[in-house]
Amino acid sequence: MSTSLSIAKTTLLDPAELSEHQLEAVLNSLMSHHIDSADLYFQQSRHESWTLEDGIVKDATYSIDKGVGVRAIAGEKTGFSYSDDIIFPALQQAANASGSIAKSGQSARIKAWHRGSAPHALYLPDDPLASLQEQQKIALLQQLDATTRALSPYVSQVIVSLSGSYDTILIVASDGTFAGDVRPLVRLDVQVIVERNGRRETASAGCGGRTSYQHFFAENRAEELAKEAVRQALVNLESLPAPAGAMPVVLGPGWPAVLLHEAIGHGLEGDFNRRGTSAFSGRIGERVASPLCTIVDDGTLAGRRGSLTMDDEGTPSACTVLIEKGILKGYLQDKHNARLMGVQPTGNGRRESYAQLVLPRMTNTYMLAGQHDPAEIIKSVKKGLYAVNFGGGQVDITSGKFVFSASEAYLIEDGKITTPVKGATLVGNGPDVLTRVSMVGNDLALDNGIGVCGKEGQSVPVGVGQPTLKIDELTVGGTQQ
Amino acid sequence: MTTPVITNPEQEVNELKTIIASALQQAKSLGASAAEVGVSAESGLSVTARLGQVETVVFNRDKNFGITVYKGKSKGSASTSDSSPAAIASAVKAACDIAQFTEADQYAGLADDADLAKNIINLDLYHPWALSPQAAIELAIDCESKARAYDKRITNSEGASVEAYQGRHAYGNTNGFLEGYSSTRHSISCMLVAGSGDGMVGDYWYTTARDTKDLESTEIVGKKAAERCIAHLNARRIATCKAPVLFAADIAGSLISTFNAAIRGSSLYRKASFLVDSIGKPIFPNFVRIYENPLLAKGLGSACYDSEGVATNSSDIVTEGILQRYLLSSYAARRLGLKTTGNAGGVHNLFITPGEKNFAALLKEMDRGLVITELMGQGINLVTGNYSRGASGFWVEQGEIKFPVHEITIAGNLRDMFAQIVAVGNDVDRRGNVITGSILIENMTIAGT
Repeated sequence: MSTSLSIAKTTLLDPAELSEHQLEAVLNSLMSHHIDSADLYFQQSRHESWTLEDGIVKDATYSIDKGVGVRAIAGEKTGFSYSDDIIFPALQQAANASGSIAKSGQSARIKAWHRGSAPHALYLPDDPLASLQEQQKIALLQQLDATTRALSPYVSQVIVSLSGSYDTILIVASDGTFAGDVRPLVRLDVQVIVERNGRRETASAGCGGRTSYQHFFAENRAEELAKEAVRQALVNLESLPAPAGAMPVVLGPGWPAVLLHEAIGHGLEGDFNRRGTSAFSGRIGERVASPLCTIVDDGTLAGRRGSLTMDDEGTPSACTVLIEKGILKGYLQDKHNARLMGVQPTGNGRRESYAQLVLPRMTNTYMLAGQHDPAEIIKSVKKGLYAVNFGGGQVDITSGKFVFSASEAYLIEDGKITTPVKGATLVGNGPDVLTRVSMVGNDLALDNGIGVCGKEGQSVPVGVGQPTLKIDELTVGGTQQ
Repeated sequence: MTTPVITNPEQEVNELKTIIASALQQAKSLGASAAEVGVSAESGLSVTARLGQVETVVFNRDKNFGITVYKGKSKGSASTSDSSPAAIASAVKAACDIAQFTEADQYAGLADDADLAKNIINLDLYHPWALSPQAAIELAIDCESKARAYDKRITNSEGASVEAYQGRHAYGNTNGFLEGYSSTRHSISCMLVAGSGDGMVGDYWYTTARDTKDLESTEIVGKKAAERCIAHLNARRIATCKAPVLFAADIAGSLISTFNAAIRGSSLYRKASFLVDSIGKPIFPNFVRIYENPLLAKGLGSACYDSEGVATNSSDIVTEGILQRYLLSSYAARRLGLKTTGNAGGVHNLFITPGEKNFAALLKEMDRGLVITELMGQGINLVTGNYSRGASGFWVEQGEIKFPVHEITIAGNLRDMFAQIVAVGNDVDRRGNVITGSILIENMTIAGT
């Protein structure tokens, strides 16, 4: 038995003295209805966050959430109920509610448990909250505040936050799944406000992953965040109004791959495609990007924020090719949508918590490296925009229209990066934006571990990545015509 | 099985008050000099039907306990979804432990006694809906089938949903404040798809209210969803230009919410707002009045007290275009040397006074320009007021809608946008905490082809 599974059982079942026999009984009672499949999702989630502002660590919060979700599926119907009491009667009550979507009668048996250990260990099952003493957490924040303020006399406000979570889950399902996962996640953020001659600007930088707080002490990561936040804010102090209109856009490596997440990733999620409501529905095998573009969703990268040993249905995560040399290859699937579409699940069934339904979601979505030297890409643009940092984005799945908002960008004039410009939203159409990719850099980078994806009110951690990209035409939402 | 309607809401609220009193006592015994606790317990039913069949039936049951303790001027917070006495005891202890490590903040603490709400009145927020899953499924199917039958250009559906929620909420602190109330909220929504292939478009409509009597019918929700959806068919891009922009009532609230964020205490004491030091200054044209009405019966944002027990504030925020006050908690007020405005946790029913004109008359007034019905992305910088968001809507010539528009952005600076509001419509959308008609802005940059 894998370590994660034994930790999950000890954490979630033992305190309630719940036996495997009782779990089996609950699933069997569900399967005595006209139910195709059913699962129980046990979770305990501990989270903390420490915040420094005005030079002092003035607030910290700790939360502990625990519960079990019971799902029953019959055809396209899903019944779902949950309880914050992990006790047998509450479990039975939740099962009765979820099972009420189907009439009792036909009796199916649950399959024998198969307890495979995880195929790949991507993170250690250690509690990150305990990876530093409280005094050390405070010292880290104070040190980072001092470092940030020392970088520039124009820094007027610094907010530093450190957060960690430790998530323990156990999945027991009628298809024989009996799996546990223990997921650490840490994050460190620095936000600065700079002020010079009455003009104020802000910028932030963050990093993290599925690891311990020791992550921030390696490779000067904490100090690099401070430098990056201050650098961006000072650049923004010099920025002029951004241009408005359609123009060539060069996106920097790493985090600007928010583009891929919005323009491509969401539209390839199985639920929208099963329902035929995505702009990408029914387009497998068609060209949706230039032959330079190969894009994958990869949950198997060690320690990455978006990575999962297994998804929230117990399916091992995978590296799924979404677009290969411009041709649409595959969708992201959870078990339910995969079954209805007659394909295999891809390890992308995710949920924010035991109190939410599973949805097909991204993990780490990135474009593979190409051949071009990034300098050569810039040099090829007569007049355009070079965008290197972004805030969030959004997509309309059905029409394919998406946006993502640049927070650090420059004009490109005659093949050279020139003036910094104010933040602007870029808007495009998912199924055709990547057909305009004419150059792909050899500098693939993944983001630093700060992505949060929202869908149907549920937030999950994700990652993105890409090399430098040139898009021949994209609409830039500035104010200068 | 129906949604468990609380038969004796008062007694249930009293149970929450007992939990709070006990937790405050525990915090005191662990050495806290002050503490405050908020507890909520919500239950609900949410059903979605698609293409005439039920797709999901979800039974919600959410509890939350949150405590903040003070040891002198040091603060610690903890929360849990587990309402067992053991879980609550460990949350209280965790908050107390944290407060040993956090540093003293001279402004930290509970709200001042004098500011706490004294006059607690019934705001008529509790109207439970004894809805069985079967009845909810029938309503959802009814709404969606009416919507799909409305026009043959409707080709697909993301489904119709019916939701019924009820909750109990209570708050107490060691200054002797301990109050609670019950509330309900119900909704019907429908999301459709029209067209096919590259021309596929989607849109939705919803109704929401405290009381089912105030919900729109399934027929109206379906019809509006269908009308909105087909109106986007054959949308095109437009050339980059400057033009007037009319924010339709259902999204105009986002402009006012951005204004709220810019005059919120935390944005001001961090100097993270373009509206720092703006009290007494003109922000809007002189016909604009913005005010809070927290005691509105059945209001979606109604409350007698804010999230720290301070009496809410029935007063103007903007009078004749001039900023009268900020939105402050006790902490923010102390930081700024001002009085709390009863806005810990946000605003309570914020109104912008409607003008005389309906939507059609606003189109005439605009003559030539862009109506925005959908905004995308978060391209708003509160520090600078820089505003750039994705949009779709309709192009207007000679006061009439000519064709749908998509894949464009609108951009400007919020300071200019607020100053250049030309008119507020009487087509008021009442489905939120910010209540406004359509808002016409004189000039913005539209980026397209």
